[in-house]
Amino acid sequence: MTLDKSAAAYWSANLRIIGICLVIWALVSFGFAILLRPLLAMLPITIGGTDLGFWFAQQGSMITFVILIFYYTWYMNRLDRKFGVEEE
Amino acid sequence: MDQFTLNLIVVGATFALYIGIAIWARAGTTSEYYAASRGVNPIVNGAATAADWMSAASFISMAGLIAFVGYGNSSFLMGWTGGYVLLALLLAPYLRKFGRFTVPEFIGDRFYSTTARIVAVICLLVISITYVIGQMTGAGVAFSRFLEVQNTTGLLIASTVVFIYAVLGGMKGITYTQLAQYCVLITAYTIPAVFISLQLTGNPVPPLGLFSTHAESGLPLLSKLDQVLTELGFHDYTGHHASKLNMFLFTMSLMVGTAGLPHVIIRFFTVPKVADARKSAGWALVFISLLYLTAPAVGAMAKLNIITTIYPDGTAEEPIRYDDKPDWMENWAQTGLLSFEDKNDDGRIQYYNDRSEEFAPIAEARGWEGNEIVTFNQDILVLANPEIAQLPGWVLALIAAGGLAAALSTAAGLLLAISSAISHDLLKSVFMPKITDKQELLYARISMAFAIALATWLGLNPPGFAAQVVALAFGLAAATLFPALMMGIFSKKMNTQGAVTGMLVGLIATLLYIFTYLGWFFIPGTNMLPNEPDYWLFGISPLSFGAVGAILNFASAVVVMKMTKAPPPEIQDLVESIRVPRGAGTAVDH
Repeated sequence: MTLDKSAAAYWSANLRIIGICLVIWALVSFGFAILLRPLLAMLPITIGGTDLGFWFAQQGSMITFVILIFYYTWYMNRLDRKFGVEEE
Repeated sequence: MDQFTLNLIVVGATFALYIGIAIWARAGTTSEYYAASRGVNPIVNGAATAADWMSAASFISMAGLIAFVGYGNSSFLMGWTGGYVLLALLLAPYLRKFGRFTVPEFIGDRFYSTTARIVAVICLLVISITYVIGQMTGAGVAFSRFLEVQNTTGLLIASTVVFIYAVLGGMKGITYTQLAQYCVLITAYTIPAVFISLQLTGNPVPPLGLFSTHAESGLPLLSKLDQVLTELGFHDYTGHHASKLNMFLFTMSLMVGTAGLPHVIIRFFTVPKVADARKSAGWALVFISLLYLTAPAVGAMAKLNIITTIYPDGTAEEPIRYDDKPDWMENWAQTGLLSFEDKNDDGRIQYYNDRSEEFAPIAEARGWEGNEIVTFNQDILVLANPEIAQLPGWVLALIAAGGLAAALSTAAGLLLAISSAISHDLLKSVFMPKITDKQELLYARISMAFAIALATWLGLNPPGFAAQVVALAFGLAAATLFPALMMGIFSKKMNTQGAVTGMLVGLIATLLYIFTYLGWFFIPGTNMLPNEPDYWLFGISPLSFGAVGAILNFASAVVVMKMTKAPPPEIQDLVESIRVPRGAGTAVDH
């Protein structure tokens, strides 16, 4: 029973981190680069002569994606060990 | 030594390398043939995935695709990279844990149904075959452009090379040739990019150069580009000039579609562990980003460079004379990718947007009678770069080898996905389950040969919709396989009925929407509505429909699931087991 509980807890911890990562994933791409671009443009920040939203569309979102995957990998390796489900 | 000989030597050397690798990495078992014995280092797999992923279109056309539209086409950059986040978080580790060989195999086992497996095979074949047509035509074009052979000859050479290493080595051979192909293509792409960036901005790193100062004018590069474009009646580069909803949905369709492409997913079956599958997706995205961060920089810089070449004294002054145009323009005019027409007979090249009504009075006042660069193929921005930057001939030869590497690596990955679906999912599982491993390996090779023959034939007789097919493949992958795979992992209760309904609804809805605007089976003239924004449902372009198809798939699957029987307990246990990494080693090879 304790093992089952642990499996359920492992899965919900995984779902939580997936959720957080996907919120950031959507925020930088659909948010900053597309829908929120006009809002971001109101900030007094320019990059290379243009607004932050343009940078997110052409570079920022991709860089964030790479960081997200490596962060998730690192987090999950730690979680796997914590719950004793890592590979032998 | 002339350019042609140089191209032959460099391309020939890379081909010899690929074939050498294939002989070294011969496959002896089905495990080697389908999944490279699951012994591929995750970083190597990342590079192989990057080559698998980046097609001739990424290599040759993407910079131009972005440069000719500007901000609006950032969808391609975000869409084609954001999908890897979905792969790493939602699919790759679990599918690796499941430890089988093909995508339909997972769907068939998870939904305990041969019907589900066959529906998945149909989706896979539609997706991968439409995708491979574009690759084969791309390879043919690349050959004819660089090696001065006929399109047909080029295509046949490409097929022969792929035939040798794919039939011989299977996944194992393909993996290591893709690694070599990645090295070739990224080197070829980066060298001219560094030089054009240095030339325009003084910064040797192209992605940084894009956001730095244009050396000649002292303005930020992008401001300068916006300025010259608007002065010639074009849209500014950084502004947005289309529907936000469409951009949102198009980006989403590309992302979800990327994560659902079978030839990309099967690459993650080749790594030893679940943790490696996650890590490998990260490395794949690093390797892809090296090119995708460079491409928009190359596009913007090449575009600015061409405009300032045509207007050496600024857009307010007279453009360059025909007699004074640089040699590279002359060279590429011979290929037909560039063409000029002196419409007002003044001996100068006027390049401007002659479709802009606001700009028409200005053009008239200056005595211009139309845009005189009649053909301006977007591929020029990549292909002509070495000459624009006055780089030695071997760089151009390297571009040739890089373009071919990109086309061959993607074609090989797709062909493996197609042939393994035929030999493993149809022959072994449905029609002749009693065959031995050795026999299945033989059938896998025969299927591969058959897939190559089919792809070559389709490449020689393209159905006339080459441009649309790749977008169709993404839309269908998003609407069919991705939701089925995701629900198979994240919902214990999802059953056969739900999954099959979802895939069929996604497939049919997406096909219907695309055919409505692009014609039944893309036959021109058979479309029921004109393919224009005014006629699109809620303004959604057919190319952006994959995301909607995915939503329809999820929704219909859940509704049907609620009305039908829950999956048997052993299937729910199976889902439990794929959610934890432990035991992946024992799940290998059944």
